[in-house]
Amino acid sequence: MSQVTVRKQKRKKNHVRTRLIVFAVLAGILLLCSLFSAYLTPCDPYLQDLSNAKAAPSAAHLLGTDRYGRDMLSRVIIGSRTSIYSTLLLVAVVTVTGTVVGVFCGWQGGKWTDTVLMRISDMFLAFPGLVFAMAVAGVLGGGLHNAILALAAISWPKYARIARSQTLAQKEMPYIRAAVLAGSSTAKILFHHILPNIIGPILVTAMLDIGTMMMELAGLSFLGLGAKPPAAEWGSMMSDTRSLITTAPWVTLAPGFAIFLSVMVFNLLGDTVRDYVDPKSR
Amino acid sequence: MRRYVLRRFLQLIPVLIGITFLSFALMRLAGSDAVQELYTNAGAAVSQEIIDARRAELGLDKPFLQQYLSWLGGLLHGDMGISYISGRDVFRTFISKLPATLELTGLSVLATIVISIPLGILAAVKRDRITDYLLRFLSFIGNSMPGFFVALLLMQIVAIRLGWLPVISTGTSLKSAAMPVLTLAISMSSKYMRQVRAAVLDELNKEYVDGGRARGVKDSTILIKSVLRAAMLTIITLLALSIGSLLGGTAIIESIFMWDGVGKLAVDAITMRDYPLIQAYVVWMAIIYVLVNLVTDLLYHALDPRIRLGVSRQ
Repeated sequence: MSQVTVRKQKRKKNHVRTRLIVFAVLAGILLLCSLFSAYLTPCDPYLQDLSNAKAAPSAAHLLGTDRYGRDMLSRVIIGSRTSIYSTLLLVAVVTVTGTVVGVFCGWQGGKWTDTVLMRISDMFLAFPGLVFAMAVAGVLGGGLHNAILALAAISWPKYARIARSQTLAQKEMPYIRAAVLAGSSTAKILFHHILPNIIGPILVTAMLDIGTMMMELAGLSFLGLGAKPPAAEWGSMMSDTRSLITTAPWVTLAPGFAIFLSVMVFNLLGDTVRDYVDPKSR
Repeated sequence: MRRYVLRRFLQLIPVLIGITFLSFALMRLAGSDAVQELYTNAGAAVSQEIIDARRAELGLDKPFLQQYLSWLGGLLHGDMGISYISGRDVFRTFISKLPATLELTGLSVLATIVISIPLGILAAVKRDRITDYLLRFLSFIGNSMPGFFVALLLMQIVAIRLGWLPVISTGTSLKSAAMPVLTLAISMSSKYMRQVRAAVLDELNKEYVDGGRARGVKDSTILIKSVLRAAMLTIITLLALSIGSLLGGTAIIESIFMWDGVGKLAVDAITMRDYPLIQAYVVWMAIIYVLVNLVTDLLYHALDPRIRLGVSRQ
């Protein structure tokens, strides 16, 4: 490798690191916003003022007001708590469940428990995208937690597969055999040796999925299968006000832009994390 | 090849059993009793004896597995029970709405091809130039917008501000299909364009491209005659795979634009807790999805001589 290419690669690495810092800070701001949303709202997001209903954006109400005269900016900010918090909860649930199942299957490797669990995950993968999630959420009767459960049901197999294949690969490594020979307990091998070595690709996948999951969760809420009004959640806010698209478009579009911007920040962060961890995938 | 086809068909059997079993079990999760639901919706308060008699008549007192098998038998005969709400035959209702959804899906795929393949190739050829950055930026934006937001944005801009197209569809004519198709095509193209770009770039990086150039073959000739021909296989496969997810993704768009297809039917059924209809939707969408994937797989094998003739790929 010539001197020039090495320098070029170094520059690229630095470039990725800068991007990583920028997007991580942006995502951090979003997280802080959702954590402290209650203190950030300029007005009371649930306070109705019918004399000032459907007011266009102005200095007093930067994003206008909805049909009950509630301040849209405050509603979008308070909605970030539900939307962002529940997305992260969903990603966490899916990652942990998938990893636990996957590591277990990989460690068993070929025994009947492995086969059965993998066939079950095949069953879930056979359903197209949101169809199964819609049905699960519909049957369970909507609500934010049921929506999270429904999306978790269709998303865990992907993580189980990644974790399983990684575990299978690690299992054959000499250091694991050495650990087994040295008499380490299975729990110690799994948690101290295998997990730290396979967690990288799983976390990258999780980071890349945050945006998609946020959109899917908002989609379910939009269909009335997630958070329910009057609770402020971006998807259900849009669905709730979609008839206003002709007369007061800002009411419908403001939460939409909020979803768009958050998804974009998390997608950018995910892409950058992937580039940082694995520069080849570009 | 024949052995491969046979094996794929045999593999289909457990998957189909899995799909039907999960869909059936799902409705048991509902926790509400079908008979109770039927009478409640009819507005009649009935005694426990009548409910029990009706349950026996419908076979709901039998063990779970037996119920599943008789339900599966009905499924094979196109008998999926009657709707709790309208009282109509579920399977016939579903089939009558399916063509509209297939039309929407087909048109969206067509629009996606027209938009994303040329742009994807362009981005790959102009790699790391301003055109590439612009196209990647646009696809990134499209990727970060949920379908319903694109739909409402289009409604506001194209239908209301500019008045070019009708806001909601009346029937399934081409003109009323324009908005939902555009919405789906925008979401799909942004994802797909990236994949086309990657597939073409992958091919452009191969040695035969350099070889052709060294011999003085024109870039455009290499691109059209060799690179695109080789990349097309991956492109077609990726597209076919996305049809399945599109089938599931139309539900929200259909209900926004009042498109009278199975997606809207399902959304309405979910709102009204019409379980047999939800069940039919889930089972049939999954079956269609599995079949589309199977055909894709077989096509891929039939089209690629390296696989067809049993030569291992590098």
